[in-house]
Amino acid sequence: MNNQSEFFNNFGGRIGSIMKKNVPFLILVFLLVLFAFVAPNFMTFGNLRTLIRQVSFSGISAVGLMFVMISGGIDLSIGSQIVFSNVLLAIMMAEWKLPPALAIPLILLVGTGLGAINGFLCIKLKIHPLIITLGTSAIFKGFGYIINRSRNIMGFPESFRWFGQGYVWGIPVPVIVMIIVALVGSFILTRTYFGRKVFALGGNEEAARLAGVNLNKMKVSLFMICGFISAITTVLLLSRVFAGQTITGQGLEFDCLTAALLGGVSFKGGEGTIFGLIVGIIIIGVLNNAMQLANFPDFSQTVVKGAVLLIAVAFDVYQKSRKAKETVAKVAA
Amino acid sequence: MDAKVVLSLENITKKYPGVLALNNVSIDFLEGEVHALLGENGAGKSTLIKAVAGAIDVDSGSIRINGQEYHKITPSLSRSLGIEVIYQEFNLVPTLSVAENIYLCEKSEDSILFSSKGIEKKAIKVLDQFGVKIDPRIIVQDLSIAEQQIVEIAKAVSKNVKLLIMDEPSAPLSVSEVEMMFKIINQLKQNGVTVIYISHRLEEVFRISDRVSVMRDGRYITTKNTKETNRQELIDLMVGRKLKESYPPRKNPPGEIALEVRNLTGNGDRQISFSLRKGEILGISGLVGAGRTELAQLLFGAAHIDQGEILIDGNPVKIKSPADAIKHRIGLLTEDRKGQGLFLEMAVKWNIVFPIVKQISKNGVVNTKKEDEIARHFKERINIKTPSLLQQVINLSGGNQQKVVLAKSLAAESDILIFDEPTRGIDVGAKQEIYHLMTELADSGKAIMMISSDMEELLGMSDRIIVLCEGELAGEVQKDKFNQNYILDLASGTH
Repeated sequence: MNNQSEFFNNFGGRIGSIMKKNVPFLILVFLLVLFAFVAPNFMTFGNLRTLIRQVSFSGISAVGLMFVMISGGIDLSIGSQIVFSNVLLAIMMAEWKLPPALAIPLILLVGTGLGAINGFLCIKLKIHPLIITLGTSAIFKGFGYIINRSRNIMGFPESFRWFGQGYVWGIPVPVIVMIIVALVGSFILTRTYFGRKVFALGGNEEAARLAGVNLNKMKVSLFMICGFISAITTVLLLSRVFAGQTITGQGLEFDCLTAALLGGVSFKGGEGTIFGLIVGIIIIGVLNNAMQLANFPDFSQTVVKGAVLLIAVAFDVYQKSRKAKETVAKVAA
Repeated sequence: MDAKVVLSLENITKKYPGVLALNNVSIDFLEGEVHALLGENGAGKSTLIKAVAGAIDVDSGSIRINGQEYHKITPSLSRSLGIEVIYQEFNLVPTLSVAENIYLCEKSEDSILFSSKGIEKKAIKVLDQFGVKIDPRIIVQDLSIAEQQIVEIAKAVSKNVKLLIMDEPSAPLSVSEVEMMFKIINQLKQNGVTVIYISHRLEEVFRISDRVSVMRDGRYITTKNTKETNRQELIDLMVGRKLKESYPPRKNPPGEIALEVRNLTGNGDRQISFSLRKGEILGISGLVGAGRTELAQLLFGAAHIDQGEILIDGNPVKIKSPADAIKHRIGLLTEDRKGQGLFLEMAVKWNIVFPIVKQISKNGVVNTKKEDEIARHFKERINIKTPSLLQQVINLSGGNQQKVVLAKSLAAESDILIFDEPTRGIDVGAKQEIYHLMTELADSGKAIMMISSDMEELLGMSDRIIVLCEGELAGEVQKDKFNQNYILDLASGTH
């Protein structure tokens, strides 16, 4: 009798742990099924394509944010980096008449540089990245406004349109870029020794230091990666909007952060998968899209998004405390 | 014996998923006795004290305190009955002062306002009993681990304590501090306080306890009067099989000089010179705060060297970071393995190969086949008990965690190994294994430095001992002149 109940306990436990590991995925499936029934024009190829393209921009930046978050840091300046480099890229092409082939690599460099600024400030001032990037966020955004001078910058070469508006085999280019960035990011995090160091940094910084990891170099590199990836987003967004405005990119980090937390990237570092992140980003896309289909007013959409972020954080904390309890139980035993 | 039973446990059972942590345990504790609780890791000692403290609910059985029977104990109930627990992991608030920690949550009788002057005065009184000078205004996180332990004891004693439970209280303390703690325990005993003392160090059990109870695999084995038992019997009872605590003999004599340190200064240490031979185990003795761990940090590049020279195989080397030290094949097994040595959330194999993950990568991509090979090799070579190499390190026992730390250094092919308190908080069986491994490593030509506060272990394992006192080299003792009192004199600066 004991054996049997133990068997069921273990069995239940295993199913439970599989469920828990994939909670975000189950939520996504639930939402898809729900909206498929509620909104008849939701489950169409055209709509799903729009949905994914909508979130692909924050999805790309979220990969960069995830690198920083797994190492135990955070970057709140992503949106403002895009604001600045978006205006700069527009000026480069419309006013300086630089061809995209030159302007795009340049803006990728600028984006990496903005990340480097974040990184250097973190290691030099030794202040938590939350505060550093809150500060640089205001600064980057401010410079964006300054160089924009309240204009709507237009007049880009037609060839530039492809990045944000083009398709390959019917798939929007930004979606393809997101898939590539995610795959490369996943490969780096899970298969390379650089990826190991990222997890080590977030898992136990002191142990990483004593294992010979150059902490400062790592921190700066991670912010540079984040900046580089956001510069990719910049290119796609400018091409999509096809006009240089300071509104582009503002608040983008909010969706990135929510997606990361929804997808199981730990706020404390050391944990996270690209699969979870992508699931998180699609959940946000589904909610956005469904609210638009249902004609939710803009402001209540903001309320829902805020609530989703809090739920994601609560879930992260709950997972942590459950784990801690299990550990206590094991240690005590 | 006609002493009153203060605490009586009857048929306590506690189940966790997959394990029976306590299996029908019944023990009586008498008023004013020091009762040692012995058992290997996983024997159920920690679960038992948690049950008494009300930190966990038991599944069945009853707890009788002063004759009154309780089926459910909460932390506040246990506290109001005068039960205080000093856990292995400290319960101090690191950002508050010593005085604030001691009198945390305690209301003052004569004023509704919080008076820091008042509690500081009271704290000084309590700390004075210990004969230590700790300024009660100091913030706890600035104290050494030993000092924090003393504050933890002071906190418990400052309450109206009837039953004091101490879980491995001596682990972070040096010999003289342990002596001080024993004095306090004796004093408490005279006041009729019952002390439950959990320790892995048998000599302490014989020094301080009146009776000793042994647990094994969640079951109560027996209780003996300490005077009527001996070391071997207790070990046999704990392990359940014949196992001798002994120091394995060495086959090969030490060879050439592997490491030479000349006038090393920095990190609180001054002008330290010594040498270490291949195949030698050099013991480093000293009180807590004498600069032993600090010396290890200097050699490992974890702290800045102000002055002095380090020579490896006769060549001067510059060690500015842990990466430099690893390159010169120095391995450090830190005192604080959870805080500094391990990535607890990561898999066993992940931890083992981390220091060499660059070497087993090609174009930056980790060769997972090689990773598995290396991890499996070390798991077998040093007998890490884990169901799988993918197990998170946090789920292993202390002894096995220590072996993972050792595997890390061995995988990095370190020739000079610095062990900082290698057997702290691990059970008898695992200790034996660590001793055998260290001996084996020395015989294979590795140069080993061993920092330890456990005098017996230091005398048993070392070929030579150097003693530090207040950041300076106080002396060097050869094996044929090993003498506990002499080393203690050197360590306390009376020589």
